[in-house]
Amino acid sequence: MARMKFLCDADRCIECNACVTACKNEHEVPWGVNRRRVVTINDGQPGERSISTACMHCSDAPCMAVCPVDCFYQTDEGVVLHDKDLCIGCGYCFYACPFGAPQYPQAGNFGGRGKMDKCTFCAGGPKEDGSEEEFALYGRNRLAEGKLPLCAEMCSTKALLAGDADAVSDIYRERVTARGFGGGVWGWNTAYGSDT
Amino acid sequence: MSQQLRSFLMAVGVIAGLTAAGYGVAIMGAAVVIGDSHAVVEQSSKSDGWRGVRTGTAGRVSIPDPQAAFLIQSEGEIWRSIRNGPVTVIGAWGMFAILVLLVLFYAWRGRISLAGKPAHREVVRFNGIERFAHWMTATSFIVLALSGLNLLYGRYLFIPVIGKEAFAIVTEAGKLLHNFVAFPFMFGVVLMFVLWVRHNLPSRVDLKWLRQGGGLFSDRHHPAAERFNAGQKAIFWIVVLGGISVSLSGLALLLPFAFPMFGKTFAFLNLFGFGFPETLTSMQEMQLAQLWHSVVSLGLIVVMFAHIYIGTIGMEGAFQAMGSGRVDAAWAEQHHSLWAASAEEAPAEDDAVPSAVREGQG
Repeated sequence: MARMKFLCDADRCIECNACVTACKNEHEVPWGVNRRRVVTINDGQPGERSISTACMHCSDAPCMAVCPVDCFYQTDEGVVLHDKDLCIGCGYCFYACPFGAPQYPQAGNFGGRGKMDKCTFCAGGPKEDGSEEEFALYGRNRLAEGKLPLCAEMCSTKALLAGDADAVSDIYRERVTARGFGGGVWGWNTAYGSDT
Repeated sequence: MSQQLRSFLMAVGVIAGLTAAGYGVAIMGAAVVIGDSHAVVEQSSKSDGWRGVRTGTAGRVSIPDPQAAFLIQSEGEIWRSIRNGPVTVIGAWGMFAILVLLVLFYAWRGRISLAGKPAHREVVRFNGIERFAHWMTATSFIVLALSGLNLLYGRYLFIPVIGKEAFAIVTEAGKLLHNFVAFPFMFGVVLMFVLWVRHNLPSRVDLKWLRQGGGLFSDRHHPAAERFNAGQKAIFWIVVLGGISVSLSGLALLLPFAFPMFGKTFAFLNLFGFGFPETLTSMQEMQLAQLWHSVVSLGLIVVMFAHIYIGTIGMEGAFQAMGSGRVDAAWAEQHHSLWAASAEEAPAEDDAVPSAVREGQG
């Protein structure tokens, strides 16, 4: 069974934000919610790097651990999903998440955040695969259609990789060997533990 | 003091001390760890740059949310481990310990009854507005405590019983109740403070009362007390200070990112030589507010178990003081001797309430 992971090769990302746009369009994400974002560090200085980041679908996911209503679940492929019918909008997953993945559609006072929204690894949610209901709540279920996340699929420099961890690691390792350097597999220790 | 009493007091002391110390360490640790991981990291080399990202260096994003500029906020995992760890565990043990102690105390001491015969003459203990303040605070506290405990423990206790769907509905309702019932609670705390603060200033009598164990452990002693004895004064200050603290941190949670108060509080505490971090991100503020809110609330809940015990089954005549507001003159003389003389005679009993019913309450 595959273990799905994202990998962003910081030596390739050119901060074009196509992944962000693709995600927003594919899932018709509500205004103000960014399931994926690109962060540039050392902007304008030597050593500038950009990284596309979203929910990393952690092995021991902090959001799952702190949710008071236990609305999260992890699929057999390691994708962390949540049930919006259960979510009470308490904000705890947002406080716990190292990557700032959970988002809320509303302003937030008096518990009025609305249901949490985050990257689904293009795997939909607990509703019937490919149903209109699933699309309205969670966006497209590309995994059920046999496709990989759109952000990585359409990355122009192939900086963002998504798919089975072994395949993704192999591609990255090959690159590092070929070009003789690598920026480290960003975020993997935090998301999947130090033995990955 | 008897041997039993000594060991009982020691047990209470040890448990209270351990609970307080546990929380103290957890909160101070949380503050230092959550704050310090934002230490400025030199970005001279590549690996240092990555380490900076790992420990919270902000980058630049094109979306208007400045929080999105942080790639990794490790404090989230610290928050998680403290909330799901010590706060949950020590809180549960604290509540369990106080219940066990109260059961043991009741088994050993029984109900503290009125020594001698009642005077069959009543004095006013608490007037209408005082009882209103007390019961408004008490009922809202119970709603807040239950809905709050549900957020911390409900997942483990109720989901296996009623299932996730039903639990989510109950918890969502509990969250809304918690948000709105908070206001009568805050109003009640302020009202009680205004009404009772002048009766709750510490005095020399309190020392004597404490030295005699408040008469809790023996029928023979009834140490002198003013309108409120030292134990009641302690409850008053715990409720006022704890209530204010829990209200402020609650408001910070209710209006997310609008009330950053921990950085300022730490800056103030650092004047006294503490080494707390003063610059906190808005996320760290929220995490600390949540931890502080749950720790203070759990402390208040533990104290309230004892308060409810002594106000109901623990002592004869205690409930009616806050129930009907009147107490028997003999009870007043026994428990609050320095106040009894000045207590106002209660007007003749209302015919609508048979005295048997009223005594039944006591």
